[in-house]
Amino acid sequence: MTSTLAQKSAKATQGEIDMTRHYSAFSVFREGLKGHKGWAPLWRSPAPQDAYDVIVIGGGGHGLATAYYLAKNHGIRKVAVIEKGWLGGGNTGRNTTVIRSNYFYPESTRLYDLSVRLYEKLSRDINYNVMFSQRGMMVLTHSEAEMEIASRTVNAMQINGVDAELLDVKDVQKKAPILNYRSDARYPIHGAIFQGRGGTGRHDAVAWGYARAADQQGVDIIQNCEVTGFLIEGGVCKGVETTLGKIRSDRVGVAVAGHSSVLAEMGGYNLPINSYALQAFVTEAVKPVMDTVAFSPMTGSYFSQSDKGGLVIGGGLDRIPSYAQRGNTPTQETVLSGIIEMAPALAKVKLLRHWAGNVDVSPDSSPLIGPSGTQGIYINCGWGTGGFKAIPAGGYVFAHLLATGNHHDISRPFDPDRFRTGRLLDEAAGSGIAH
Amino acid sequence: MQRFSCPFCGLRDEREFHFAGEAGKTRPDTTQDVSDKEWANYLFFCKNTKGPTREIWVHTTCQEYFIMERDSVTMEVLGTTAMRKDTA
Amino acid sequence: MTGHRIGTRGLLDRSKTLSFRFDGKTYQGFQGDTVASALLASGVRIFGRSFKYHRPRGVWGAWFDDPNAIVDIKHGGVHYPNCQATMTQLVDGMEVRSVNAWPTAQKDLKGILDLAQRFMPAGFYYKMFMWPDWHLFEPMIRKMAGIGTLSADVQDDFEAAILHEHCETLVIGGGPAGLTAARAAAKAGKSVLLIDDHPDFGGSSYRYPNDAAEGPSYWVAEQLSAIEDAGGRVLSSTTAIGVYDHQAVSIVTDRGLGTAPVVRKLRPDNVIVATGAVDRPVTFSNNDRPGVMSLDAGAEFLARFGVLVGQQIAILSNRPDAHDVAAQLENAGAKVDLLDPKSDPAKAIGYRNLKGVRVAGHTYPCDTILASAGLTPLVHLWRHAGGKLDWDEGRQTFVPSTGPDWMRVIGGANGTYERSAVEEEARSAALNTSRPERHVYSISPLLPNTKNTEGRQWIDFQHDVTLKDVALAHRENMVSVEHLKRYTTLGMAGDQGKTSNIAGLAAMADLKGQRIPEVGTTTFRPPFVPVPLEAYRGASRDTQVAPLKRLTLEPEHRALGAALGEYGGWLRPAWYGGDDEQSAVASECKIARDAAAIMDGSALGTIEVIGPDARAFVNFVYYNTMSNLKPGRIRYGFMLTESGLVFDDGVIACVDETRFIISCSSSHADAVMAHLENWRQDSFDPDRVHIHDTTQNWSTVTIAGPKARAIVDALGVLDTLDDFAHMTLRFGAFEDVPARVARVSFTGDSSFEVSVPNSAAVRLWQRAIAAGKPHGAGPVGAEALVVLRAEKGYIIVGKDTEGETMPHDLGFGAPRLRKSAAFVGDRSLHTENANREDRKQFVGLSVEDGEPKLPIGAHIVTVQNGERRSLGYVTSSHDSPTLERPIALALVSGGLGAMGQPVEIYHMGKTRRATITPSCAFDTEGARIDA
Repeated sequence: MTSTLAQKSAKATQGEIDMTRHYSAFSVFREGLKGHKGWAPLWRSPAPQDAYDVIVIGGGGHGLATAYYLAKNHGIRKVAVIEKGWLGGGNTGRNTTVIRSNYFYPESTRLYDLSVRLYEKLSRDINYNVMFSQRGMMVLTHSEAEMEIASRTVNAMQINGVDAELLDVKDVQKKAPILNYRSDARYPIHGAIFQGRGGTGRHDAVAWGYARAADQQGVDIIQNCEVTGFLIEGGVCKGVETTLGKIRSDRVGVAVAGHSSVLAEMGGYNLPINSYALQAFVTEAVKPVMDTVAFSPMTGSYFSQSDKGGLVIGGGLDRIPSYAQRGNTPTQETVLSGIIEMAPALAKVKLLRHWAGNVDVSPDSSPLIGPSGTQGIYINCGWGTGGFKAIPAGGYVFAHLLATGNHHDISRPFDPDRFRTGRLLDEAAGSGIAH
Repeated sequence: MQRFSCPFCGLRDEREFHFAGEAGKTRPDTTQDVSDKEWANYLFFCKNTKGPTREIWVHTTCQEYFIMERDSVTMEVLGTTAMRKDTA
Repeated sequence: MTGHRIGTRGLLDRSKTLSFRFDGKTYQGFQGDTVASALLASGVRIFGRSFKYHRPRGVWGAWFDDPNAIVDIKHGGVHYPNCQATMTQLVDGMEVRSVNAWPTAQKDLKGILDLAQRFMPAGFYYKMFMWPDWHLFEPMIRKMAGIGTLSADVQDDFEAAILHEHCETLVIGGGPAGLTAARAAAKAGKSVLLIDDHPDFGGSSYRYPNDAAEGPSYWVAEQLSAIEDAGGRVLSSTTAIGVYDHQAVSIVTDRGLGTAPVVRKLRPDNVIVATGAVDRPVTFSNNDRPGVMSLDAGAEFLARFGVLVGQQIAILSNRPDAHDVAAQLENAGAKVDLLDPKSDPAKAIGYRNLKGVRVAGHTYPCDTILASAGLTPLVHLWRHAGGKLDWDEGRQTFVPSTGPDWMRVIGGANGTYERSAVEEEARSAALNTSRPERHVYSISPLLPNTKNTEGRQWIDFQHDVTLKDVALAHRENMVSVEHLKRYTTLGMAGDQGKTSNIAGLAAMADLKGQRIPEVGTTTFRPPFVPVPLEAYRGASRDTQVAPLKRLTLEPEHRALGAALGEYGGWLRPAWYGGDDEQSAVASECKIARDAAAIMDGSALGTIEVIGPDARAFVNFVYYNTMSNLKPGRIRYGFMLTESGLVFDDGVIACVDETRFIISCSSSHADAVMAHLENWRQDSFDPDRVHIHDTTQNWSTVTIAGPKARAIVDALGVLDTLDDFAHMTLRFGAFEDVPARVARVSFTGDSSFEVSVPNSAAVRLWQRAIAAGKPHGAGPVGAEALVVLRAEKGYIIVGKDTEGETMPHDLGFGAPRLRKSAAFVGDRSLHTENANREDRKQFVGLSVEDGEPKLPIGAHIVTVQNGERRSLGYVTSSHDSPTLERPIALALVSGGLGAMGQPVEIYHMGKTRRATITPSCAFDTEGARIDA
């Protein structure tokens, strides 16, 4: 089957078969009349070649975006993305889809706002609707003291050139009437930090869209192929060993959130990372009740409503370091009771499903982008709980690093050498916002 | 909900425990020269092993630190021991 | 009328008639009915509209496997969205409303959407709405989506604790398998808990009447009494929702409308899973029509509720026992056709009402189709526990294989349907003997035919996923089972794929030319059935979310008219008397500066360090040198994290060589205690140094101001206050209890902290207030204290410091350069970052005369290359009643070297000017401290 598909799409690129590749309302209409028989595959399923210019390990959002920007921005098309399972199957497909750049430090702002700006154009850039919904993101405050800290953050964001407003409780109520406005609440709402450009996206679509776009640029996406080791020759990485054989390349990028330390051990470098389970929850679909994203720092819980109608709920990390993609009941109780505290009207809504991803937690909760310490291997990891929103920027700067061997200005502060110099980028330190 | 065995108190709910880091790290003698790299390795870097691990945990209710061996994938607890042999 | 009530069958109490409304019409049912059975008995067929195409939908299953009949319910003023009609017990007076339909499910105006279905294949939204902008289309799509409607009213007034339950053997499912297992285990002496999610035990017993003359109800009752006689316990209306790490199981008991469900957690030695199996739909054209039901649903409605679901019934099934069901339905008065399900293409005829079914070129008139492509064992809990699955060719489904030894899956959940085999499995599981051979069972495959995708054949009813959608996913290379699920949304609806997964997998396997097990399954995620969020809340509500710490003296403060506020987890007096915070704080500041402030300092953390190595220990955990702190002396210092950051500040008193008393921030006492324990056990001999948190044992009354000495003298705690210097400690007695007095100050005035055991706190407070009165002294709350200390430039850690602040940023640089002994965080104070010249440093800010105070959170900014850049921010800002001008504290990059320099301040789009000053604005020589 795989080979047939590959043949078909090879023919299609030569224009021998008229397959529909471009997406638009018109093409959906036209295919609708033909019973949708003419849609081209989103990506090929090629067998790995012997060698590539760049190998990206990890077919999640970051890895696929990296491959796409390698091809698009740097003209490097002989690229393989190697994924041990199905593409988008890690944290890209397990998160709560929040996109925002409400950061405190200019270094973080530059990175995450690049991401928001790329997201703003992404659907048209890759001709795939990732449903970036800029419905706004609010961080609630529950006391006057928190309002003071909030104004510190809002000012920082404005100075750094990011849209930010300080909302009072009336503004909050207008945007999210379903929240808890009782004055005797344990955490009464005083106001919020609001970023209007923040919002949510369709997480799977980001992976699929980048994969399709990268594939169209000639990138080989190789699923069900696990890296079992690195080819190290004279201390230098020359490729990878996989369950489908050896694949050579002088430049290997590793973007495998949750398993970064496992690859590090194979590659002979160290990381300052612990893996934790991060849980997420979704309820049954209900008609629209929530038009923005709200996060309460006091309970650590946040939620939004998906386009399908389900309430998408998240909270803090589980407390036990873990490589298991499942969560623990104490955190479930903490997060869900926090949600009802935030929005008591949700008490009767039914939880449909909960799951967990494994995230890389770095000492300052900021990502690590840079040379790994083993020549030829570069890392993109440590995104903690916030990797999804950073996918376009993570791919953009990582592609730059892999293509040129040098940091993009935006990624330099995130080099792992900061743990030696002490120049940590601990957002929680300045903004009081958890990632 | 997991349960861990405090060497002093026995089986208790996971909520009573706190992860304190990987076992086997020694604080460098800071009265001597310690390189940036050595200090960063001690302070930040870790193995983060997938599978059987050896970690330091604290039972917050009795405040005793102890060593726990467990599997970071299956969550199976392989054993717990007091830090000092004479108190176990 | 299609469905109707017959004879006397069922578990109903027919003496109790209940009345309810559905889409505005009144209906009747009996006690024991579900909403679905009562409506079916009244001939209602259309319960709602489908999610995407607004197709009319009726009941498919009779219990949790029904994906279609979702309704909103109002009862007792409370709104319950997205209720499964098949699982909701009928209550008198309930208001039932169909979802996704307007005005009613019967006549839904959006039904017209179905005509546009060809332009809405799986994932169509990924391919369009990009131009001009997704935001243009999203609101419309959101409005179309969603199922039930949520009331915006607060609906959380129902409380339920999360309980803990204990048993040796948990049996999940009270059908023939579960009842048999529970009875055998209880008889063998195990403590048994048997649960079943129905209000009545019995499971499938009623569908399969045995030969015993007494009937299934008698058999069920007999088992239950045997279980209870042997000491076993049973819980009905209780569902096991998930199995978690370390053998934990959560079960939820539905207590009906008007209250919250109860979660119980337990950790049994053995778990026996007897959750049964459900029918999977047959994939044929228009197989989603109201009136197409599962085979078991037809049997179940008859057996439990005495409802015959149709008059003229066609059965399409490969199940060998389809004949038995047919016979029962015929006995009940229906005309039944058993049709060959394999001759395709079958097609249901009729739109709102089913008119017939076309099979092999022949149309059979019918009002109901009972369909089953075989049974799917409910293996969810087995998978939660880490059990593996095998594809069973004979059963055409996945069955449990290897897994945890403490869990056994029996009966339908194990693919075992034959009664004697079920009972053998049950007894073996109960006694934990070796598992019997899997019973031979074989059905002919009845799978979706991907060669023939004519018409529309539903795979997932609720989410409107058809066979064509699976084919499209395959065509587009969305062939991984997870991609199939996520792309088409197959299996993501309320039933979580219980009905749809196997057909979806089978179709994809067929398209890929693979066997079904090669395609694999998606992960089985808890909860097993949807559970209201409130069930997870337990007692964590209102104040219980995070209980406040309360002061011994709280009643005294209330008596004095204190406004209480939360400070670092403690409920403390913010100010005294009246609602006017501003004037109260100003007058308290004046009292403090002119006479004396009498303050409750009990929330301050108090930790004792005791033992022969106590001195070495405090020298190690403090940034400041403590090796030379003499007995009776007190020193101010910082504790750092190992990263060199300021963790806490406060004073430490040396009582003698082996005893020190640490004061730490009130919000921080627990964290400081944990921090100290960590280092004690890491770097010291724990037998030679002990630490002890005494915060909760002592109360402290702080008297600070020019008249403080006279007031403290009047308390008689110490014989004399002569030569009692600032930063020293003395012990005395207050009346009959020991007391200690520390001369430390957080206001800059002469100050005494008098500490006594809690038992004497009220007396001490009252004596101090009385003694202060003649001097003009009075109670002072936390808000005034914050102003008083800001006038002096004293920091509050966490407010005037941030997560980057090191002690040298606060002007305390000496130990970093001079302390020779090792201490926590020492090496981190010498990194490149610690040596940066542009570090944010702690300074004061002043404004021009007549200007208002600076806003807290405003930034100090500079402009470089046309871009504004932050240099730091205002951390504290007050109108100082003492100085009669605004004061402010700030962290400013390079601030300590920029005294007197003007800076630009940015706040919410506006800028103004200020000047960098020393942080101390009042009594800069410190003359008042010993006055």
